Amino acid sequence: MKKRIPLSFTRFWAIVIKEFIQMRRDRLTFGMIVGIPVVQLMLFGFAINGDPKHLPTALLLADSSQQGRSILSALKNSDYFSFVREVHSEAEGEAILAQGEVQFVVTIPENFSRTLLRGEKPVILVEADATDPSATGNAIASLRTVITTALQHDLTGPLAFLAGSDGPVNLRVHARYNPEGISQYNIVPGLMGVVLTMTMVMITGLAITRERERGTMENLLSMPTRPLEVLLGKIIPYIFVGYIQVSLILVAARFIFHVPMVGSIPLLLLSASVFIAANLAMGITFSTLAKNQLQAVQMTFFFFLPSLLLSGFMFPFRGMPDWAQVIGEVLPLTHFLRIIRGILLKGNGIEEVILQLWQIMLFATVVLAIGVKRYRRTLD
Amino acid sequence: MINNFAIDVRGMTKRFGEHTVVNGINLQVRRGEVYGFLGPNGSGKTTFIRMLCGLLAADAGEGTCLDFDVIRESEAIKRQVGYMTQRFSFYEDLSIAENLDFVARMYAVGDRREAVRDSIERLGLAGRQKQLAGELSGGWKQRLALAACLIHKPQLLLLDEPTAGVDPKARRDFWEQIHELAAQGLTFLITTHYMDEAERCDRLAYLSYGNLLTSGTAAEVIAGAQLATWSVSGPDLQGAARLLRETPGVRQAVAFGTSLHVSGTDAAGLERAITPYRREPYTVQQIHPGLEDVFIHLMESSKDNFAP
Ligand SMILES: Nc1ncnc2c1ncn2[C@@H]1O[C@H](COP(=O)(O)OP(=O)(O)O)[C@@H](O)[C@H]1O
Ligand SMILES: [Mg+2]
Repeated sequence: MKKRIPLSFTRFWAIVIKEFIQMRRDRLTFGMIVGIPVVQLMLFGFAINGDPKHLPTALLLADSSQQGRSILSALKNSDYFSFVREVHSEAEGEAILAQGEVQFVVTIPENFSRTLLRGEKPVILVEADATDPSATGNAIASLRTVITTALQHDLTGPLAFLAGSDGPVNLRVHARYNPEGISQYNIVPGLMGVVLTMTMVMITGLAITRERERGTMENLLSMPTRPLEVLLGKIIPYIFVGYIQVSLILVAARFIFHVPMVGSIPLLLLSASVFIAANLAMGITFSTLAKNQLQAVQMTFFFFLPSLLLSGFMFPFRGMPDWAQVIGEVLPLTHFLRIIRGILLKGNGIEEVILQLWQIMLFATVVLAIGVKRYRRTLD
Repeated sequence: MINNFAIDVRGMTKRFGEHTVVNGINLQVRRGEVYGFLGPNGSGKTTFIRMLCGLLAADAGEGTCLDFDVIRESEAIKRQVGYMTQRFSFYEDLSIAENLDFVARMYAVGDRREAVRDSIERLGLAGRQKQLAGELSGGWKQRLALAACLIHKPQLLLLDEPTAGVDPKARRDFWEQIHELAAQGLTFLITTHYMDEAERCDRLAYLSYGNLLTSGTAAEVIAGAQLATWSVSGPDLQGAARLLRETPGVRQAVAFGTSLHVSGTDAAGLERAITPYRREPYTVQQIHPGLEDVFIHLMESSKDNFAP
């Protein structure tokens, strides 16, 4: 008796061939199959740097002695610091730290040189933006070495004793905005941006393709409508969906993670609406480009991946190579992370927030313009 | 200049890649007329209608639809046209009332609530307005679609196979409504495969492989085909049909119920061909060809002329 074979090789092979042909014809899927591993390799292999260097630093030099200038030039030469500018008052230093223009402000106090030469360890104040604790740790550790080495050149001969065993100066570090270095303070607010990016882009990403696949597009197009009406009409309702997520995360941040909320919550909610709209615009534009729902989902993922990795959420922004930072600067999530961390942890106000917010608005406008241009008004 | 024609187009052409799906069609539909649009599946009816209301960009052609330029003014045309798609294309996850409300808003209908309420009542959908469109049977979906197409008081209705899959009673009701609306001045262009529906149209056009083969009133279409037809009844009509098809003078032999319709364009030749059946147990009779005889004839001859 012949055994029944549970699988017909002919049928199986027919399907294999069919799938191959379909895959080859579906350029986007094929692109994804190749693109995703390549992108991931690049991101994980090169972009991620747990030991950020060239952190922007400002110096407040209140004592223009030989020793003060030695420290300045040592900072300029150090790998960890990138000397951005000299500030002339505490307030100025405070402002650029809050805006995120610099990560550190180093203050060499008045009479630094005199105090040093008297053998009393002078205090060097380092104010660090510790919003993201992992970004500052190594740099601070190296600062002590940098300063000690710089002063060694000056403290030779009879002054050598001043170098002492534990260094000639007293380094006082103020870890600003997140003094305990609690990483949740950094991550939980950031998560709001990440979740919004993923879900908002996805929701509208399906909007147009779904109409097309269900056949309702033919009806919609037979009515007198303009592309922008359709696109905006599909964006607005989901802003409310976004606010549900915002509320959930804010409540969790406050009551579960006890994240400090220094700044204005209304300002945060306002900024969130812009950020949500930008992501919805991205999604709807994907939707006009995608041929079917699967493609729309793939595009969403393709957008989400760099947002997650290059925005400063997973890794300190300044630890990334320049090209990755350039990409990151384009992404709305990067700016939203600065806004939300700024408001909650630093107590940023409208002046600092607006510097990031306009970039999100610009992104949304450009992306929506592409969507309107690509929206097909016929079934061709 | 006010045009007597609701639709007056020339040379409408649409290509998909290599294929010319609509090939230089001229069509004139008078205002207030019910115009039947016939042809086998894939002959280009849907494509032609989509070009009329701007859903597809025509590759060639000119003319007017409701006095608007059919190529350049599709926005204006859309406002005055009700288009009922071949496949149900309202939102299945919206209720009847919500769908109608959506359409009324899209066309900015004045006094929207009343328009929606009226339309629900007129169509006898009153008890079901909360029901989801996706849960409706074919006949009810068709009623909903028609109601939605009428809500903005269009002047021209383009109905693409509106009665496909609808039961006979509902079809009859539907056609009664069409004629009532036509009497009020609405113009209809309706595609159908049903002969009884074709006969209810004021005028007809017949398409095949994207070509307009004939148009006019039913009588004109039949006369134009210059077809002679004989009806044959008796035993083993299938065998008779097989033999007849091979006989010179016979263009087609088609079973109609219990008789065979044998047609040809050469009346004398056809009469010679039929002669062997003028005896018991067969009965033979010359008849006036019907629309269906003519359409089958048109379709058969167009195969030879246009088949790719
Ligand atoms: N979007 C399209 N792309 C390519 N071919 C199409 C498209 N739409 C219709 N066709 C082809 O055009 C021909 C005419 O189709 P259609 O207008 O739907 O005919 P009908 O409505 O008379 O059945 C068919 O052969 C169909 O396959
Ligand atoms: Mg069709």
